[in-house]
Amino acid sequence: MAVASVGGEVAGVDSARPIALAAVRRGNLRWYLGAGAVLLVSIVIGASIGPAGPASWRVPLALIDHLPLISVDSGVTTAEWNIVWRIRMPRVILAALVGGMLSVAGASYQGVFRNPLVDPYLLGAAAGAGLGATIALTVGRGVTASWPVDPVVAAAFLASIVTVAVTYVVGASFSGSGGGARSGVTLVLAGVAVVSFVTAVQTFILQRNQDVVREVFQWILGRLSGATWADVRLIVPYVTLSAVVLMLHRRHLDVFRVGDEEAASLGVSVGRTRLVIVVAATLGTAAVVSVSGLIGFVGLIVPHAIRLMAGAGHRRLIPLSMLLGATFLILADVPGRMLSSPAETPIGVVTAFIGAPFFIFLLRTRRMT
Amino acid sequence: MNTHPRRLGRRLLGAVAGFALLTAACGSDDPSSSDVIDAPSDESTDAPVATTGDTSATDDTDDDVDQRVVSLSPTHTEMMFAIGAGDQLVAVDQFSDHPAAARALPNELSAFDNNVEAIAAYEPDLVLIGGDFNGLGPQLDELGIAWWDGPAATTIDDTYRQIEELGAATGREAEADTLVASMQTQIDEIVAATPTPAEPLTIFHELDNTLFSLDSTTLFGELYGLLGLQNIADTAEGNSGGYPQLSAEFVVSADPDFIFLADTKCCGQSLETVAARDGWADMAAVQTGNVIELDDDVASRWGPRVVEFLAAVSDAVIAAS
Repeated sequence: MAVASVGGEVAGVDSARPIALAAVRRGNLRWYLGAGAVLLVSIVIGASIGPAGPASWRVPLALIDHLPLISVDSGVTTAEWNIVWRIRMPRVILAALVGGMLSVAGASYQGVFRNPLVDPYLLGAAAGAGLGATIALTVGRGVTASWPVDPVVAAAFLASIVTVAVTYVVGASFSGSGGGARSGVTLVLAGVAVVSFVTAVQTFILQRNQDVVREVFQWILGRLSGATWADVRLIVPYVTLSAVVLMLHRRHLDVFRVGDEEAASLGVSVGRTRLVIVVAATLGTAAVVSVSGLIGFVGLIVPHAIRLMAGAGHRRLIPLSMLLGATFLILADVPGRMLSSPAETPIGVVTAFIGAPFFIFLLRTRRMT
Repeated sequence: MNTHPRRLGRRLLGAVAGFALLTAACGSDDPSSSDVIDAPSDESTDAPVATTGDTSATDDTDDDVDQRVVSLSPTHTEMMFAIGAGDQLVAVDQFSDHPAAARALPNELSAFDNNVEAIAAYEPDLVLIGGDFNGLGPQLDELGIAWWDGPAATTIDDTYRQIEELGAATGREAEADTLVASMQTQIDEIVAATPTPAEPLTIFHELDNTLFSLDSTTLFGELYGLLGLQNIADTAEGNSGGYPQLSAEFVVSADPDFIFLADTKCCGQSLETVAARDGWADMAAVQTGNVIELDDDVASRWGPRVVEFLAAVSDAVIAAS
């Protein structure tokens, strides 16, 4: 696996080399500060550009004006501020959460399965969410419109988690006890089978309920356009929990890079650790997929782009994936709302359209060794 | 989007086929939730005459209502004009092309996925949505803009109810009542004038050239039923949701008396193209020339022009008898 061979850090060396470690930490800090600054700028850009609302240059002033203890005359009317704060900002923050979550889940999945082609949807998180959404839409929104939580979101979330759980149980039942070398591969194959099955069920239901095709289609394409603060509040707990767990396990992910057997010999409980990482990544992925639909590309390409730029060590990769994944999706969403304004361009189209050439550029300039 | 091309491809294939159909049908969806949701937070739906839009249309007729309305649905645009509220429209979606006056309005908005900011830029008092799939309503709530959602009607009564609700929301109750009464009268007259043979005539309603159809659980299916026509899609096995895709084999062997083409605009179908299909030339409807070319829009929008649709079907039956 080519991508695993580059990296600023290698597992197990830090305690032996305090001086090198200090240098690595300084390097990390520079990366985090840089990525954090880029994220902040992208949030301001995201909040400033839209098809209506105040002039773009006024928005940063208005944002500063709304900071505590600071008063600036931004010239933004209340109606314009409502557009910025109630319509655009939740969308920007949702993009940040979704982008960061998908990237970090992708990086974790790739690490835990030692497979560069893996994305957060591998074990059925997306297919399950799609089935859940389809069922909820088929049963009918009219019945459930008064629920506190959108039933489509709830159904997508639950079905996503159930599907990954099924994959895990199926995979584990064929890979023998604990976490041998085979279990990672078996799990991936179980995922392929379960995803095919779940997708077939979804297609069948859809075929028999042509009247909901458009809604399901809209859902599959993925979107950030309907974002409200309620959506943000809904997923924040899951994304936070997931991100914290993955951050705490980033050292383990480095150990996984040497292989299951070797990781076990280094004292890592491979099966249990893999389960914890997969559960955490799935929880966050299911939450973001259920509100934003399927946004491809981010979870696959963002981590790779970061590996190419900053090295493959997970201690740096995981936090950078969060920060830069968030940045990427915020910035991708700007053309998403502007390209065919006032209509929306599906965010998945934009992520691939911008991301693919950028990634090829990275591949050319920083050829992996 | 590039991660599982085959899986996604398969899913999209089905979805795109259905999407084409539903675009042609201008948003026929969700029969179970024809409940209309009023914006809970804004008073202007309750109080029909809104007073905020000081820059609204400045026609000087006495009954001019000072209200700015954005319609995101061709059907509701038609309803608005039919109840005399056309002047209150300040913008419509890109498919709103009837009546002719609708084409003069700004129509850059999309019927399906709009950016709420772009809608807000028109400073509407009321936004009409033809089925809210993208969470537009809650976003409009955030901006304090009233909205009204009217998903595709599945019965003629849905249509009447939507017209009356629109009348109430736009200060045109009397006109709405008049329109509904007139539609009811016309429909009764058409039904009375249409002969119904002892052996019911059978029909196939074609939504697109991949043979998506509709059955009697849909609005247009109901209208065929009013004229005593029997829909072959009703007997298709495994059908639910009202919009089954039939196989060519099924249609040819059912050999309906009439084929109604609601895909003349979208897919360029006509008596000639139907006759040219393999195995279709000997069908009764083709032989007798009872392949009726409908206007896609008239045969899919659930507005005032459903009467035109019914008249076209009735004319075909009268001509054939």
